[in-house]
Amino acid sequence: MNNIFQIVWLIPILPLIGFVINGLGRNFLSKTVTGFIGSSMVLGSFVLSLLVFVQVKGGIVADLHYFNFIYLQDLLTIGVDFKIDQLSSLFLLIITGVGFLIHVYSTAYMHDEEGKDFAKYFAYLNLFIFSMLLLVMGGNYLIMFIGWEGVGLCSYLLIGYWYKNSAFTDAAKKAFIMNRIGDVGFLLALFWLIAKIGNVQYNEVFSVVSLSKLSSFDITGITLLMFVGATGKSAQIPLYTWLPDAMAGPTPVSALIHAATMVTAGIYMIARSNALFSLAHQTQAIITIVGLATALLAASIALKQNDIKKILAYSTVSQLGFMFLALGTGNYVAAVFHVLTHAFFKALMFLGSGSVIHAMGGEQDIRKMGGLHKHMKITSITFFIGCLAISGIPGFSGFFSKDEILAGAFNHGVVFYSIALFTALLTAFYMFRLYIITFTGKFRGSHDQEHHLHESPSAMTLPLIVLAILSIIGGYIGIPEVLGGHHELASFLSPVVRSKELTLSHSTELLLMGLSTLLVLISIFFAWVTFKNYQSAGESKGLARILENKWYVDELYEAIVTNPLKKIAFFFNNIIEKKGIDGMVNGVGKAVNYGSRQLRWIQSGQVGAYVLLMVIGMLLLFIIQLFL
Amino acid sequence: MDIQVYIALSLTLFTIGIVGVLVRRNAIIIFMCVELMLNAVNLLLVAFSKMHAASSAVKALPTYASDAQIFVFFIMVVAAAEVSVGLAIIVMMYRNIHSVDVNFLNRLKN
Repeated sequence: MNNIFQIVWLIPILPLIGFVINGLGRNFLSKTVTGFIGSSMVLGSFVLSLLVFVQVKGGIVADLHYFNFIYLQDLLTIGVDFKIDQLSSLFLLIITGVGFLIHVYSTAYMHDEEGKDFAKYFAYLNLFIFSMLLLVMGGNYLIMFIGWEGVGLCSYLLIGYWYKNSAFTDAAKKAFIMNRIGDVGFLLALFWLIAKIGNVQYNEVFSVVSLSKLSSFDITGITLLMFVGATGKSAQIPLYTWLPDAMAGPTPVSALIHAATMVTAGIYMIARSNALFSLAHQTQAIITIVGLATALLAASIALKQNDIKKILAYSTVSQLGFMFLALGTGNYVAAVFHVLTHAFFKALMFLGSGSVIHAMGGEQDIRKMGGLHKHMKITSITFFIGCLAISGIPGFSGFFSKDEILAGAFNHGVVFYSIALFTALLTAFYMFRLYIITFTGKFRGSHDQEHHLHESPSAMTLPLIVLAILSIIGGYIGIPEVLGGHHELASFLSPVVRSKELTLSHSTELLLMGLSTLLVLISIFFAWVTFKNYQSAGESKGLARILENKWYVDELYEAIVTNPLKKIAFFFNNIIEKKGIDGMVNGVGKAVNYGSRQLRWIQSGQVGAYVLLMVIGMLLLFIIQLFL
Repeated sequence: MDIQVYIALSLTLFTIGIVGVLVRRNAIIIFMCVELMLNAVNLLLVAFSKMHAASSAVKALPTYASDAQIFVFFIMVVAAAEVSVGLAIIVMMYRNIHSVDVNFLNRLKN
């Protein structure tokens, strides 16, 4: 095949086939077969994505049109289009690559499940990959929206995978509803675009002709609505609360959906629409502030969490905040870069935590862990690499991407930079708190658990090793000029994503790097000093208590949104419905019943009585006739 | 004679008829009272006819004066036919329930 684009449709279709086979055959197929089908389909997509990437790297991009999805003559035509360019091919690699590793990992992690549930799990996972691929490959906003909804649905299905636990299904519902709130924003943005431009295809929308049709109010409105969509999917203030709760799902799901792929959908959407967002300065300012606030808030919450997955979840929210900060400052390449590196190290850490939970027999509380390094060396070392990468230690992938975001923030304003830097320090602190409490010191769990500790099977450790290597080298595609690199990623993405030129001198940039590195090292050292002899946390007071309770945001939402809604529902149910409408309907019946029972006495059977009534009637008629 | 006298007589007859229908239970008496009401109306028709014939406005149209009187004859004919039917019903009623008391005729009740 000399032109890979002819079979590019196979990339999303393969996981869909896997979904159908596993979904329909869940009662007959053995676990080995379902695991193999699930993983191999994603592997197939990954290989194709690699080939596509090589083509795109050679400068060949493609817009593919398959058939019309919506066709209204002269009014609106929306096709099933795919757009394969630098941005989407990069995301394809992340999704299928990390996705494949997580599938392999899942075959081992989920091996205790029953065959039927196991197949269901892989079917959902494949459906998720399909939706995500549709999202990034779509050549217009509608196809993106279909994928967008698809990942929301799969996220619901997978978070609620252990559906017998009602707390888990509640978390799934929460994720779905929060996402829906955002989706409404996205959908409205689409309607607005169709109303003004009459098209949702990227090439059309971003063309100069179309953009000139939009007033600045339109652009601000559309981008703001899109951003609302992004806050839902990418867990930003105010819709971020679903992501930490989404940890109810199996750990590989958390790694796949809530770290590496789904939550990056918002970033992808904004990076894809950079032509629009660059024109909307108010929206950019809002994105910057929201991103920064989310980063700081989530990082502060992560400081005091004790559930290993919750810490990682808040860390994800915080890192997503960083990406939005980059988007808001117009630094799209840095955001995409951070998506890439974050996908590696966060998937690594989630899978590592899965390995720990697996060894601990389902225990997630880090206070009951400790000293795990001697029992599970591979997990420990790879997790350590992940921590180094997320903290931004030079040489690891997180350093390059985070530094680029920080430099962009500095370019934007020193205030932004200081808050972002402070958040980065918090990140290093809580990550090493997690590492030190979990992997060093003495074991604090029960004797049975200690006896049970073991390194995970190779299907779990191999993905960890691969991801650890990627977490180290992933950053080298974007070495900034100041360190003698060419920032290959930026030049690769340049046809799609316009990046802002930084006006920093090289010496300032170097200084910033040195400063952040130094402070991060101090922060790590501080974490080590604080937690090296960690025994157990006492009752926390003051700020710590607020952080432990996540700033009471859930309680706040409960008070200002959920409870009033419940009261309104109660009111409508009990007053309007039961008393009002039911009362009206029943009242008509009762009135007829009562009235007819009274009228029955008139029909006495006495002829005289009838005549009397007749006479009275006639007299009444006379009176009406004569006097009225 | 004055027209008011006729109206008063007719009204009296009609009222007697109505009261008779209301208070009596014997079917034949009720029947007679109905006839009384009918004839009260007949009387009124003839009286008004005569009054209009005397007035100057109608003199130009000679047949107009006798219209109501012819009408009354028709009513009498129809009433005679009705009497035969009504009496037949009362006879049948007597045959069935051995009484002409209308209060026994309440079997459709309930």
